[in-house]
Amino acid sequence: MDMAQGKGNSKSFVARLEKSPTGMKGLDEITDGGLPKGRPTLVCGAAGCGKTLFAMEFLVRGATRYNEPGVFMSFEETAEELTNNVASLGFDLNHLCTSKRLLIDHVRVERSEIEETGEYDLEGLFIRLEYAINSIGAKRVALDTVESLFAGLPNPLILRAELRRLFRWLKDKGMTAIITGEKGDNGLTRHGLEEYVSDCVIFLDHRVTDQQSTRRLRIVKYRGSTHGRNEYPFLIASEGISVLPITSIGLNHPVSTQRISSGIPRLDTMLGGKGYYRGSTILISGTAGTGKTSTAASFLDAACRRGERCIFFPFEESEAQIIRNMRSVGIDLEPWVKKGLLKFHAERPSVYGLETHLVTMHKLISEFKPGSVVIDPITNLISVGNPIDIKSMLIRLIDFLKMNQITAMFTTLTAAGGPLEQSEVGISSLADAWLLLRDIEIGGERNRGLYILKSRGMAHSNQIREFMLTDKGIDLLDVYVGPSGVLTGSARLSQEAREKGTELAYQQEIELKKLNLESKRTALEAQIAALHAELEAGTAEMKKLVEREKERQRRFLEERKGIALMRNADKKTDKGRR
Amino acid sequence: MKAKSESKNQEITKPIDVWELRLYVAGQTSKSIAAFANLKKICKENLKGKYSIEVIDLLKNPQLAKGDQILAIPTLVRKLPQPIKKIVGDLSNTERVLVGLDVRPRN
Repeated sequence: MDMAQGKGNSKSFVARLEKSPTGMKGLDEITDGGLPKGRPTLVCGAAGCGKTLFAMEFLVRGATRYNEPGVFMSFEETAEELTNNVASLGFDLNHLCTSKRLLIDHVRVERSEIEETGEYDLEGLFIRLEYAINSIGAKRVALDTVESLFAGLPNPLILRAELRRLFRWLKDKGMTAIITGEKGDNGLTRHGLEEYVSDCVIFLDHRVTDQQSTRRLRIVKYRGSTHGRNEYPFLIASEGISVLPITSIGLNHPVSTQRISSGIPRLDTMLGGKGYYRGSTILISGTAGTGKTSTAASFLDAACRRGERCIFFPFEESEAQIIRNMRSVGIDLEPWVKKGLLKFHAERPSVYGLETHLVTMHKLISEFKPGSVVIDPITNLISVGNPIDIKSMLIRLIDFLKMNQITAMFTTLTAAGGPLEQSEVGISSLADAWLLLRDIEIGGERNRGLYILKSRGMAHSNQIREFMLTDKGIDLLDVYVGPSGVLTGSARLSQEAREKGTELAYQQEIELKKLNLESKRTALEAQIAALHAELEAGTAEMKKLVEREKERQRRFLEERKGIALMRNADKKTDKGRR
Repeated sequence: MKAKSESKNQEITKPIDVWELRLYVAGQTSKSIAAFANLKKICKENLKGKYSIEVIDLLKNPQLAKGDQILAIPTLVRKLPQPIKKIVGDLSNTERVLVGLDVRPRN
């Protein structure tokens, strides 16, 4: 906190301490800009803690990034040894030396060759250092490890006085210097150098706990400057030292709205219909044998199908074993490996400490540039570190992955009987999506269930699904939720069968009723037809009767005419009659 | 290294013709002047006619400090006979100079 303030107010301080940036990842953040410019800094620690590398990186960064050439005065290793030692970090010392940005001076003191015969001083060392500084215009100096003079030269009283003069002299010359010192029994250094170098003291520690080593860095003092006071874990990574101040990494990752498939269509549906967010962190927890690896494998399979590169870090199984096992559930990862899309990096967690695991992953991820990464399972790391360390390592890993928009899937094994909704290493709060796989025991069977415990930033299903590992991949089925509770497996099947039976009987009954109704209708319709026919017949008869009557009348008229004719009646008669 | 120097030490018994000595100083300091005077005296008395002394002033030739791994001033270097021996200080202790140069065996 105060670091940021210090930065912001830098202009308001008149004589603010000038800083010389180290260029080491994270260190400049902790030191609020670097080491004190023009002053010596003591870097101390036990053998193998990284003092030499610290000093060398300070010079290399100065030479390559800040246009500050440096002199490395080595009292232990030769220039050749140093060059070889740091070559793996990508530092080309030969090139820096030939381009006059770095000068390595190996000072060899052989006790057996030296005899003391009276007063002396270390003017030779001063002349040598000055000559080296002047020949390349150095701004930075490293003395590694100046204390070895105590072993090589007689009369420690003279040496102490001369070293005090040396540090004063370096300060007067305006050199930003790093003086390394071996950790002593009673003080920070074996010969009490901390008494002479009082501006800045950095302590490096290489601690071994439970057979696992972790490197830590602490700024013991920094005169005239604010600084982080914690112990910070640091790594000697492929590109040098990186201090990872967990507390100061800002939460400013880029976020993606792109969604990617989980490889299980039904799960995508549960995840708001589209799957996970790209660059999110997915946690899959579950007890043993609940299908965590299979879920991860389907995710990778889907990613490879999209043409994405992936890395699988299994901590329990070998590559061949995973490929074989996944094939049995219909996920064939081998073609992706052959195509170069999928990379396996199988290692037992105990091969090395957490930091090295982190470094290895860092390195592989930086080189391979995957779109997705799976670590299976993170709980296995418990064997190499305590939960706090694992958590801090995972935070750093997640931050790194998020910065690079890499989707990460971690599986975590929940101990049987333990609380399900708790991840063993306590990283659940870091995960963006959390799937819980659990076994459901019903009717003498153990079946798998899956539900989404959380999924940040999307509407997601709250339902438990039955998780089926078929030979065609993972399938999610609805579980039976009815009056008799949640049923899975054969219990669900038999319940479903029972329901189907009832349904069938019911259907048949309806069918029967339908038939009955049909026949009734036919009968009624027949009746209607008969009545119709009767009516028809009645109408026809009526018609006939009418016609017959008409005929009769006509005949009657004719008959009457005929009679009249027979009576010889005519018109006249008719008239006459009238 | 050690084995080598031991075997060389045994050769001291052979007569040595040339003692090639080099005295490193830094300017005309009292220690340097004293060292040079002491050295001349010791050589005259003990290595008559069999020695050569070269005085190197590092203030004038700073680049030469690296070659003989000079840190302390003054430093006397025995270039010959092999192996190289270094004696730091103003050479005021004649006994130790002679022992350091292997002119006289250690007691």
